[in-house]
Amino acid sequence: MVIQAIAFYMFAIVTIAAAVMVISARNPVHSVLFLILAFFNAAGLFVLMGAEFIAMILVIVYVGAVAVLFLFVVMMLDINFAELRQGFLQYLPIGGLIGIVLLVELLFLASTWLAKPLKTASPASPAPAADAVTNTHALGRVLYTDYVYLFQAAGLVLLVAMIGAIVLTLRSREGVRRQNAAAQLNRRRDQAVEVKKVQPGSSI
Amino acid sequence: MLVEYLPILIFLGIAAGMALAAIGASYVVARQRPDSEKVSAYECGFDAFGDARRQFDVRFYLVAILFIIFDLEIAFLFPWAISLGQIGMFGFWSMIVFLAVLTVGFVYEWKKGALEWE
Repeated sequence: MVIQAIAFYMFAIVTIAAAVMVISARNPVHSVLFLILAFFNAAGLFVLMGAEFIAMILVIVYVGAVAVLFLFVVMMLDINFAELRQGFLQYLPIGGLIGIVLLVELLFLASTWLAKPLKTASPASPAPAADAVTNTHALGRVLYTDYVYLFQAAGLVLLVAMIGAIVLTLRSREGVRRQNAAAQLNRRRDQAVEVKKVQPGSSI
Repeated sequence: MLVEYLPILIFLGIAAGMALAAIGASYVVARQRPDSEKVSAYECGFDAFGDARRQFDVRFYLVAILFIIFDLEIAFLFPWAISLGQIGMFGFWSMIVFLAVLTVGFVYEWKKGALEWE
């Protein structure tokens, strides 16, 4: 139990420190690397909460894929960062306003939670006890049957993302010679090679 | 359940300790004599011609985002595969419909040539 508490505070402190570094690092590539550190520590926090599946998906999807995408975006945008920083203070009021709104929402949430602790299981589909089945089993039991519409909607969102990415970024270029394996294999010998009789002393 | 993760925590501690020891010892034990020549390019090293962060082809981004989409599709398969015995035919066909929707996208990107590198 003590180890769990120590691990929680370690992960939480590193997460917050990394999150602060994400917004304060001068080089945006360093920001992305700190974001990866924050993702890893959030995965550790999820493991401590007992949400193993979410933790592993966080590592696979966010660290493995989304962080790479962020790096691509950061490197693809050809921005002069010294120029970008000049207007930084100009956006401070609106940024601060959004921060205050979020803080107030968090306080509301905390006050209602302190007044009346949330029930973890809804009566319609009671969650099985945490020690009876694994996290992934519990998820699999409800995700594909009780929440089928949300599941199919997730599939449609992925389809839209796939088609949108292709429509936005794919351009076909002129004059590119591609390998056509079928045409290569279908070529007969008489299409490629021609035998000529050459008389001695003359040319073709 | 958390007991199963104790070895990982121990490994994490050992890794952090070794990294700190290696970096810290080189600060404490080794003689520090900084010189600007020591960090400069030498022998065959050129000075950098320009910034490493320059624009490159958006095609790399397309490959990355298509990878993420199929990565997520696989992530949905794990809970389905281990709880297939309990969710019955409805759960099975629910996943088949999900896969069919994504196969539409897969056929589209194949036919469009998004998977080919020119």
